[in-house]
Amino acid sequence: MKINILAFGIAKDIFGGPSVSLDLANDANISNLKYLLEQQYPRLKKLATYMVAVNNEYALDGDTIHERDEIAIIPPVSGG
Amino acid sequence: MTIIILSLNTQIKLSVSTLNVQDCVDWVMSPECGGIDVFIGTVRNATKGKAVIRLEFEAYEKMAVSEMQKIAQQAIAQWPIQKISIHHRTGVLQIGEIPVIIAISAAHRDAAFDACRYIIDTLKQTVPIWKKEIFEDGEVWVAAHP
Repeated sequence: MKINILAFGIAKDIFGGPSVSLDLANDANISNLKYLLEQQYPRLKKLATYMVAVNNEYALDGDTIHERDEIAIIPPVSGG
Repeated sequence: MTIIILSLNTQIKLSVSTLNVQDCVDWVMSPECGGIDVFIGTVRNATKGKAVIRLEFEAYEKMAVSEMQKIAQQAIAQWPIQKISIHHRTGVLQIGEIPVIIAISAAHRDAAFDACRYIIDTLKQTVPIWKKEIFEDGEVWVAAHP
């Protein structure tokens, strides 16, 4: 399945834009997504940490991704 | 762009426009409260001794307001407080401008102080908002790297 991934903050700089599109296996989970992204964008591994949000909620590594989910990369937050 | 989420006792706002402290105070004021605690974040002119020119805030807007709403609900579940208003800015902020306001009303001050501390500390850890510091000679996304 093809999924679109939103990027914010430094992730936008790393991806070179506000979103990237990726081909994932149909039963892919968050871990699989992170692995693929880190292969394509090794600078992700240099971040202090980063999370993935699915449909506006923080997701866990084992959570399965579905085709129409809204996926976002959440680098370390710094609001306030 | 401005997003506001309202419940009976919480008001969450994310806006690209200047924030107003009085608006937050007015919203939490209630006859049952004996005090209002307000935290105001302001843009500092330096970080680790280096002069800051301005800050740029970016948010994952829908998720940011939903996370702020969660924090407000957690505070209400945890302390005997009346009402909470959380306002956060996005966009370009100059030195002295206000990126965040938290106002809390309670019957007694201890709960308002404790809840306010909890809300700003948690907001800084979980709400998907990012700030970039702009210096004379470059810029950096705060907290991005270890």
